[in-house]
Amino acid sequence: MKLLKLVPDDTNIKFLRWRIPFFAISILLIAASWALVFTKGLNYGVDFAGGLEVRATFTQSVEAPVGELREKVATLGYGDPVVQRFGEDNQVSIRVRLPDDVSADKEAAQAAANDIVETLQSDYEDFRLDGNDNVSGKVSGEFRQTALYALLAAMAAIALYIWVRFEWQFGVGALFALFHDVSLTLGMFSLFQMEFSLQIIAAILAIIGYSLNDTIVVYDRIRENLKKFRKMELPALLDLSVNETLARTVMTSVTLLVALLPLLLFGPASLFGMVAGITLGLFVGTYSSVYMAAPILVWLGVTSDSFVPTETVADQQEKKARGLV
Amino acid sequence: MLDFPTWRKVWLWLITGLCIAAALPSLLSATSVRWPDVLPDPMVNLGLDLAGGSHILLEADAAQVATQRLENMEENVRNTMRRAEPRIRIGDVSTRDGRLSFMLDDPGQVDRARELLLPSINGTGLVREWDLAVEDGNRMILTPTSEGIDQAVGDAMESATEVVRKRIDELGTREPTIIRQGDTRIVVQVPGLQDPDQLKALLGQTAKLEFKLVDQNALPSDVQQGLAPPGSEIFAYADTSAFAGSSLAVRRLGGIRGDNLTGAQQSFDPQTNEPVVNIQFDSDGGRRFAKLTTENVGKPFAIILDDTVLSAPNINEPIRGGTAQISGGFSVETANQLAISLRSGALPVDLAVIEERTVGPDLGADSIKRGMLAMLVGSLLVIALMIASYGRFGVYATVALVINVAMLLGIMAALNTTLTLPGIAGFVLTIGAAVDANVLINERIREERKRGRRVIAAVENGYKEASRAIYDANVTNFIAGVLLFLFGSGPIRGFAVVLIIGLFTSVFTAVTLTRMWVADWLRKSKPKDIVL
Repeated sequence: MKLLKLVPDDTNIKFLRWRIPFFAISILLIAASWALVFTKGLNYGVDFAGGLEVRATFTQSVEAPVGELREKVATLGYGDPVVQRFGEDNQVSIRVRLPDDVSADKEAAQAAANDIVETLQSDYEDFRLDGNDNVSGKVSGEFRQTALYALLAAMAAIALYIWVRFEWQFGVGALFALFHDVSLTLGMFSLFQMEFSLQIIAAILAIIGYSLNDTIVVYDRIRENLKKFRKMELPALLDLSVNETLARTVMTSVTLLVALLPLLLFGPASLFGMVAGITLGLFVGTYSSVYMAAPILVWLGVTSDSFVPTETVADQQEKKARGLV
Repeated sequence: MLDFPTWRKVWLWLITGLCIAAALPSLLSATSVRWPDVLPDPMVNLGLDLAGGSHILLEADAAQVATQRLENMEENVRNTMRRAEPRIRIGDVSTRDGRLSFMLDDPGQVDRARELLLPSINGTGLVREWDLAVEDGNRMILTPTSEGIDQAVGDAMESATEVVRKRIDELGTREPTIIRQGDTRIVVQVPGLQDPDQLKALLGQTAKLEFKLVDQNALPSDVQQGLAPPGSEIFAYADTSAFAGSSLAVRRLGGIRGDNLTGAQQSFDPQTNEPVVNIQFDSDGGRRFAKLTTENVGKPFAIILDDTVLSAPNINEPIRGGTAQISGGFSVETANQLAISLRSGALPVDLAVIEERTVGPDLGADSIKRGMLAMLVGSLLVIALMIASYGRFGVYATVALVINVAMLLGIMAALNTTLTLPGIAGFVLTIGAAVDANVLINERIREERKRGRRVIAAVENGYKEASRAIYDANVTNFIAGVLLFLFGSGPIRGFAVVLIIGLFTSVFTAVTLTRMWVADWLRKSKPKDIVL
């Protein structure tokens, strides 16, 4: 039986040769992402912005009248609504960011939600309310804060652990790779103005998890090779390590991709944002482990002495040959 | 490597079996096999975002508790001083700046007044509830201590949670979850309830019922301007009442509260046929109600709910039976809601809805169906890819993967955790970690074979060398998971819980179980070469 091999044996791709242009591009992308986030902003869902969201299906229609809905809700006087298709063509999500004085007044916020639903229910016979979220400004502020703290705390602890288990350069490298992944994901969400909600935070966390896995596998091999080949030039050693783990990297990424694609293509609409985020992160995370996390070690200056091996493999073989062991 | 003692195998199979057994109810429920009700709830809870239902976050107004407490203290001080023998005359009572101050007409009575107030100041618990100071020889000042306020808020929240639970039970919905969260919040989750308006109307009502005599001496023009005569206070009529928009002056003292109710039902007034609420007092409440009505025949008294006047009927005759009727422009629905609220008692503090989420059950079910299908297709593709790439080792890996999913579900069910949408992201990540572990191991075995190692040595080295990366990756993710749990809010925690449990199950299945199977196979068939 012949088994499938996604990556041929003994690849020898010179990843590190292109490290400067790739790094330059990545830095630019990171900068562009943050520029987008700060200028265009994120399309916060009600979780983070407060306000209310109504999700509905027009059971008898092929397509939901998005433009008409936008005008109708706007005339109710709660500011400009965000009306988006959501899943099927006949499903919509209507988001209204309530003015602060309404948002602070719980009863007014309630009345606004009822007002919108009742108006639409009377205007459209086939309007089926699928769900609604109503988040006060206070709670959404707390969500933003705890999400941020949780992310920062997790990233800091990850870097610390890698520093302890490997060396500080690896900790910095892993942190940079994670920063790269999170930045680019945020940039994408800002660019396409995809709704940014608590679910997306979960997606980002999953991305961090994947990317971290990748990075650690590569780092583990670098650590191993640093002990094994003490005389090798660092770029060559990094290339060797990445090539050795390439089959695994590709295999894992492809496996996860085939698991995610069905979810993306015909999974529930409510999962779309999250799965899209994870899929995006899969590419970004794999890229960053190979092109960011490893090359940065060249500049940070890792040496084989970092792991203070008392004796190398070569030493051991020499000893064996002399019959000392 | 090949050395797997029997006791260890038994142990591994026992753990696996237990976890899978715990998962069975959840898996079977998808095929609508009933799980006997007597057994503890064994299924994985589906979060409302998946199962449909309503989620409401209520917040209590802590400042209101403090104000109320101050008012109660004021009443307590007035009563205590009036009942003292000889009576202690006080004046210039004020509750400004969050503290209560009053002046004694006779400075010589300060020590007696202090003595009389001592029990209220010290409270019943371990903490001192008030600080007492005397200024200018005859002005007494009571300042609430922060410990006292904290305790009062805590007590109020505890009983508020109980009241909320009673009211929701009256709705007859299945398995509501009512949990206190933090200092001043209550989470209410009702699966299957699609229309939360009813719920909110029910929880938005404090249901503080009072019967107070109308102050007939008050000038109507003053009342409409909000000016109350001494000893009276002004309440507005309820929106539903016939006198909506106008106000009424009632006497502060001498009224009774609806605390002592034993029952409340919605019914209809036999004369007007309008919906009303009938209430029954316990013996103490009935006696006081009888006294109030006997002493005030011919005078109007106001029925006040949550500080608005429902109606102010004349007392035609003493009401002695311990029952009364409340009218005030109800619909059948609002009358029923009031009856439920009164039966379950008054909320000690106002609760406001600060977050509300509803997911229609159709949508939830549809989400699950599509999610299941997508996961099934995804799993089949993963299995095909794994087997095509790693042959026999791929088969082991996929069996381990299936067991992993079952174990994860089983442990979640046993720990009674809830699976939510973010939790599904955690699930995907866990499966990814498990796949990755096997890919790492198998690729490593391939490498070792390529270097010319013999089968057993290659497998042994493969597991050993790959384990280091697997270990580091899992510990890092574990640390991240714990921090997310500690710092994160609800949905992030849901993710973290699945992640943490999943790390253990994925290492167990992808590393330990596959190793046992591989070892068994190697020992039994002693292959010269392996296809990998």
